Amino acid sequence: MSGEFKPKIIAFACNWCAYSAADLAGVSRFQYPPNLRIIRVMCSGRINPNFILKGFQNGADGVLVAG
Amino acid sequence: MDKCIACGECAEKCPKKVTDTFNAGLAKRKAIYVEYPQAVPLKYAIDAPNCIYLKNGKCGFCAKVCPAQAIDFEQKEKTVRLQVGSVILAPGFSAFDPQKLDTYQYSQYQNVITSLEMERILSATGPYHGHLVRPSDKKEPSKIAWLQCIGSRDINRCDHGYCSSVCCMYAVKEAVIAKEHSPVALDTAIFYMDMRTYGKEFESYYQRAKDEKGVRFIRTRVHTIVENRETKDLSLRYVDENGKALEETFDLVVLSVGMETSKELAAFAGRLEIELNADNFAKTDCFSPVKTSRDGIYVCGAFQEPKDIPYSVMEASAAACWAEADLATSRGTLTKTKTFPVEKNITDEEARIGVFVCNCGTNIGGIVNVPAVAEMARTLPGVTYVEENLFTCSQDSQDKIKDIILKKGLNRVVVAACTPRTHEALFQETLRDAGLNKYLFEMANIRNQCSWVHSKEKDEATAKAKDLVRMAVARTRLITSLGQPTISVEPSALVIGGGIAGMTSALGLADQGYAVHLVEKQERLGGIALGLLNTWKGDNVPEKLAEMTKRVTTHSLINVYTGATVKASTGFIGNFETTLSVKGSDRLLKHGAVIVATGAQEHVPQEYLYGQNNRVLTHLELDRAISSDDPRLPAADAVAFIQCVGSRESKRPYCSKVCCTHSIKSAVRFKKINPEAQVFVIYRDIRTYGQRELLYREAREKGVIFIRYDLERKPEVKNDGDRLAITVKDHILGRDIEIHADLLILAAAIVPRDNEVLAQMFKLSCNSDNFFNEAHAKLRPVEFATAGIFLAGMAHYPKPIEESIAQAAAAASRAAVTLSKDRITVEGVVSYVKEFMCRGCGECERACPFNAISVQETDKAMLAAVVKEALCKGCGMCAVACPTGAASVHHFDDREVLTMVETAFEY
Repeated sequence: MSGEFKPKIIAFACNWCAYSAADLAGVSRFQYPPNLRIIRVMCSGRINPNFILKGFQNGADGVLVAG
Repeated sequence: MDKCIACGECAEKCPKKVTDTFNAGLAKRKAIYVEYPQAVPLKYAIDAPNCIYLKNGKCGFCAKVCPAQAIDFEQKEKTVRLQVGSVILAPGFSAFDPQKLDTYQYSQYQNVITSLEMERILSATGPYHGHLVRPSDKKEPSKIAWLQCIGSRDINRCDHGYCSSVCCMYAVKEAVIAKEHSPVALDTAIFYMDMRTYGKEFESYYQRAKDEKGVRFIRTRVHTIVENRETKDLSLRYVDENGKALEETFDLVVLSVGMETSKELAAFAGRLEIELNADNFAKTDCFSPVKTSRDGIYVCGAFQEPKDIPYSVMEASAAACWAEADLATSRGTLTKTKTFPVEKNITDEEARIGVFVCNCGTNIGGIVNVPAVAEMARTLPGVTYVEENLFTCSQDSQDKIKDIILKKGLNRVVVAACTPRTHEALFQETLRDAGLNKYLFEMANIRNQCSWVHSKEKDEATAKAKDLVRMAVARTRLITSLGQPTISVEPSALVIGGGIAGMTSALGLADQGYAVHLVEKQERLGGIALGLLNTWKGDNVPEKLAEMTKRVTTHSLINVYTGATVKASTGFIGNFETTLSVKGSDRLLKHGAVIVATGAQEHVPQEYLYGQNNRVLTHLELDRAISSDDPRLPAADAVAFIQCVGSRESKRPYCSKVCCTHSIKSAVRFKKINPEAQVFVIYRDIRTYGQRELLYREAREKGVIFIRYDLERKPEVKNDGDRLAITVKDHILGRDIEIHADLLILAAAIVPRDNEVLAQMFKLSCNSDNFFNEAHAKLRPVEFATAGIFLAGMAHYPKPIEESIAQAAAAASRAAVTLSKDRITVEGVVSYVKEFMCRGCGECERACPFNAISVQETDKAMLAAVVKEALCKGCGMCAVACPTGAASVHHFDDREVLTMVETAFEY
């Protein structure tokens, strides 16, 4: 392991926009670091502030809400 | 095509590079390609004229590397014969090719580009991945100019007299987006003749671009572009409004090219035997804006006339409406219904999860270590079966999955593969075939969001794929079967408003066989159109209106209620109950859909001596004076029109859209009756969009004098004996001129009616100008956010008759989607409320954007929230707003989401 900091990121992505954008990034073969975990929700409005705190509690260094 | 998994291996290996027309020639693609990344279906195709194998019989690399054996060089063009009852033409437009115009040196100067090239440059999927650079040296520009009306409003050089309608707005948008994309303080300038931002919310966007974003607007036509041979910068030469010759240098010049009908399309129209007008657009009239000259053939979009997305969408639905009416008797005769086995009840069962990990050929398997992922999956609690597939989506895999579900007694399934956005429905159907509820399924996205985006980091991609599978399995342990309740539909509609829009909607639905209740506040049908004389194309409005009214009042399926208002309404899509007040007495109606077509009205001017001098008239008063043979009209030696009376001002910032055309049409009429009469149009921008521009040209040819004024210096009107004296600063002369007129016509704004009552009753939203808000400005222009309620005509925004009719027919078409069903199936992913935890605070009701949840009195005389599942979209905002945890969403409750957070990072 190198000493480089690789933040763990949890993303909550809206099914109708951000999640499909992440799919499109794949179709376009855009490359990005692999330390991101995307969780699909039906709307970014579903994200309770608790979900974000829960992310940090479980070891995430960053939480992205995209929608 | 069925076999293609869109992995892109073929394009990767294809040796032939071809100019990418989708990226406006700015990039290269291969001879096997998908036209654009969002293509549906996402399948690769061979560009035959460029394919080496098809030309020489050698190469065939694509077939060798294709993991799905999807390439078939033997496929030939086939002629298919279809028996159809109607035809809808939606062939679109071609962008004007500026090579024809030597002024702009488009083919010589690399940094002169078209607006479509600019669109691609600004796009994240474009040739430069959304980085704003110019073609010659890939340098970031610091100054960009847009030149308007390239191939439009120009009969001298390109024979396109019409306005292309969309270019002003897209140029403003491109300028604003370019500023947002640019890392430097980008200077943008738009060189234009008239700024035509006449659409809903367009004028305020234009004002913001000017005042807040600093986009410069220069009113002129650029006559010469000179390129600096070394720097490739471009010097624009033009003459400003005061006649001064000016020159300014830019890094990049964008030509705002117009729309035209291609020669091929014109020839196609000839084969279909439909008439085109002089500009090669399909000939239609204002009262049937999507009907071509041939019965049964309809047209929509820019082939009818240049237009933007919302009006293309409206016309598309309008064309569907009339085609549906033609085919009403045969509706449903060719449809087939699939049946499924009875669903197994798994409530009391332990989780028995099957995990299917897809290799997707080498798309996943070439990067992610699929056996390792599968091995890990076997260790997860609840998993009783794991399998790897070459292609989990293939038909034989579906048969196998179904078989395994039954044999192994699986009660939940996880597929780790591409993406649920494209494949969830396919696998869910397989579950249903095997007797499982479709919600007992979950996908782990290990292709689009893993192997494809981490193709150089195989180990990390494998670790991530394991995490994604573990997260999916954890969630799958918790998910349950969900019901999909169906609700009945009352196959009739309530149309509110008996003007042209309301009557068109009523006829559109009744002609398709649905009962309609048409409510009009006045004693007479017709609305504002009762006061109009002609359309700009010359249709006689009173005659057409009388025909329409007669059709409505004699139609067996339309119940007309005049002198009636809507008093109260409850219910939801498919099941509304509305109380009308008809001439003082109440009537209760049941209906499945609502169309709001309540129109708008003419503003009462507060200036220019209106109401003080009877020689000052509004447009509607002028039309009435004409139809009552007012003797002052033929006697008038001088007539003036003032535009934007009450529009495009700080108090009412929108453009009323119809007034320029109405004034110019009336001005031409004065000139026809008395060619010696002096006719003046005092304006800010002439907005005769589309082919209305031809009317503007005719007016100038007939000697109508156009004088421009600025908002800062409005014209002044004074009494002058028995005439009027109007003072206005002429921009060309640079000084005040005084006009003596016998009549002054004010282009008074179109203002909304009191929409508040209906907005409250049906929970509809209005914009800041108090017109009703559609669900989506571009793609859902006739629907409200609340399901089952639709919008048409001037209640949405000021618009001419042909657009009201198209929107009204579109609303009927959209409403018919609901009314044509006996029952509506509700999705399982909807909110629910645990009543015992609810304290009736109403936070959920306030949070819901779809009016799907509301606080009601329970049978225990308590207050509690109730979900109308038919309206719920499953967004979960109520669950977040709920302070007690009573409201939640099926399939996405807190535990079902949070278990994924908890299992996200283990490897």
